[in-house]
Amino acid sequence: MDLWLIGELALTGALVGLMYALVAVGIVLVYKTSGVANFAQGAIAMSGGYATWAIAAFLGLPMWVAIPLALVAMFGFGMLVEHAVLRHMVGQPVIMIIMVTFGIEIFLRGFMPGTFGVAVKRLDLGIPQAPMFLGEMLINRAYLVGGAVSAALILAAIVLFNSRAGIVMRAVSDDQGASWSVGIRVERAIAVAWGLAGATATAAGILWGSVQGIDWSLSLLLMKALAIAILGGLDSIPGVLLAGLIVGVCESLATGVIDPLVGGGTRDIVASVIIVLTLLVRPYGLFGREHIERV
Amino acid sequence: MLYRRAGIRHTSYPKERQLWPLPFDRYLVTAVALFLLAAPFLVDRLYLVAYLLPWIIWSMAALGLNLLMGGAGQIHLAYGAVMAIGAYTSVHLVRAGVPFEFALVAAGLMSAAIGMIFGVAALRVKALYLAMSTLAMQYIVDFVISHSPAISGGTQATIQVPPVSFLGIALEGDLPMYYFALAVCVVVTLFMLNVQRTAFGRALAAVREKDYAAEVIGVDTFKYKLLAFWTSSFIGGVVGAVLVVSYLRSVSPDQFHIELSVQIVAMVIVGGLGSVLGSFFGAALILFTPIVLNNLVGALASGLGIAMSADLRAHIPLMLYGAMIVGFLVLEPLGLAKIYDNVRNYFLVWPFRHARR
Repeated sequence: MDLWLIGELALTGALVGLMYALVAVGIVLVYKTSGVANFAQGAIAMSGGYATWAIAAFLGLPMWVAIPLALVAMFGFGMLVEHAVLRHMVGQPVIMIIMVTFGIEIFLRGFMPGTFGVAVKRLDLGIPQAPMFLGEMLINRAYLVGGAVSAALILAAIVLFNSRAGIVMRAVSDDQGASWSVGIRVERAIAVAWGLAGATATAAGILWGSVQGIDWSLSLLLMKALAIAILGGLDSIPGVLLAGLIVGVCESLATGVIDPLVGGGTRDIVASVIIVLTLLVRPYGLFGREHIERV
Repeated sequence: MLYRRAGIRHTSYPKERQLWPLPFDRYLVTAVALFLLAAPFLVDRLYLVAYLLPWIIWSMAALGLNLLMGGAGQIHLAYGAVMAIGAYTSVHLVRAGVPFEFALVAAGLMSAAIGMIFGVAALRVKALYLAMSTLAMQYIVDFVISHSPAISGGTQATIQVPPVSFLGIALEGDLPMYYFALAVCVVVTLFMLNVQRTAFGRALAAVREKDYAAEVIGVDTFKYKLLAFWTSSFIGGVVGAVLVVSYLRSVSPDQFHIELSVQIVAMVIVGGLGSVLGSFFGAALILFTPIVLNNLVGALASGLGIAMSADLRAHIPLMLYGAMIVGFLVLEPLGLAKIYDNVRNYFLVWPFRHARR
């Protein structure tokens, strides 16, 4: 195997990993603020893609109008999910809360293709199809743009967490009762986290939609996002960035190196293996805070 | 009312410890049992094979998962994979000439052994992480099965189940298969009913409520978490074997994907975590609502002349599973079993609203 090919695989993997990481940011945001594992993130990303396509197709709007509209709509959708479902689950056992988000995932997985049809929807962002050459490496321009946008958005999320709003969210994640007593509106902070999760997922859905088209398979991003969130540490946004790169590169290399040996399909399994290994070796992830449980 | 009484009072301990302390429950159970026994002669063959048989099998699966999720409080999103292990083990053993009685038990043991590996993750990680690790396990088991030609015969392959006999009775035709599934279901149900009253069941309940607290009062959480996974996976393996032998008649990897796991989890939650009766209710609701609703919607669409896309109708089941999981968890977290219980308890002591139960 020559070095150029490995370099190409690694670079593509890194860019793809950044695009996965954008999905994972929503999981981390929600977990950090409310301690809820958001298993609906994959389907929310898919819904974001569908929403963008629907706004562009049915209202006949150009992409640069449709994308902000979809981001706003999905921000609202995220807040709606929190308001209509998650708020009622406060105080329930974790198993119930996980299952509720998973229920939302399943519902959206049926609802979106059911409403808009199963045919793959094309989402054209105007990125040229021709690949870029870097030495002998072929780099897909869509991945390049996607990776850059994702990295920028994740950095923005890190900046956000160091702003006033971010400090509020961190306070809420630390201790909801204490935050309440100093005048922080806990419900609003959690709702905003869900809204942001919806918006980042939509951004990821749009980027992925422009690469592979929009259909139900976008919701499979959930597994990659979970792997990234777990590996990086569930409550660490910088962790998402690094873990995204790791997962992306591993996946790309596995596809390039192991696939010919076992006859394909390793792409879908890498995320699962990473989840299991992380949980066995270091459950709180690379940068996560170790959780200490009190009786 | 048929079963009205002024409160429930037991006069002896054995009476209180009965499986069904109320005469009404006993009559109901007897009636249902008689109906199920006589069903092949009462109902049309179509209903027997397409409705009753899957209901019995999926109820068993829900019971097995309920032991883990409702009994021990361990979340498990890979029950389909556990069933797949059982199914493939039994089919391969039968094809190798092993009697089906042994293959059935071996299927359970194999599933239990591999299912316990899922449980090892449970020792280290809690609810949320366990959900993720089991989800990952589902994909890994899927991958291993479909990518090892020795197990599945290739990604697209389907393995036929050879004719088998159980305890000297050839499982051919609808009748023996139905009774075979029913017999296994009765065993599993009786086990589930009784396990809640044993030391094992109480230890699981303690682990479910709070594992550290259970440890403090002397329950070996290490042992009981593993045992919970072992037992539940054993049932899952047996159900997988029953499923392929008496219902599917052939086995291919795509029958046991994440969709099956989701379906069974939905059954457990909709039926009611930790409830035996609920597993049956949940299986019925999850299996039949999509069919009924699909027919209803189809009839409505053609009757009213509304054009309805095939895509929408194809996705109604998924939407229903999701909506039912969310709806039940938000509105009635204890599921159909609790609704039934409320209704029954209301009429049990009607018109005395506050009589002791």
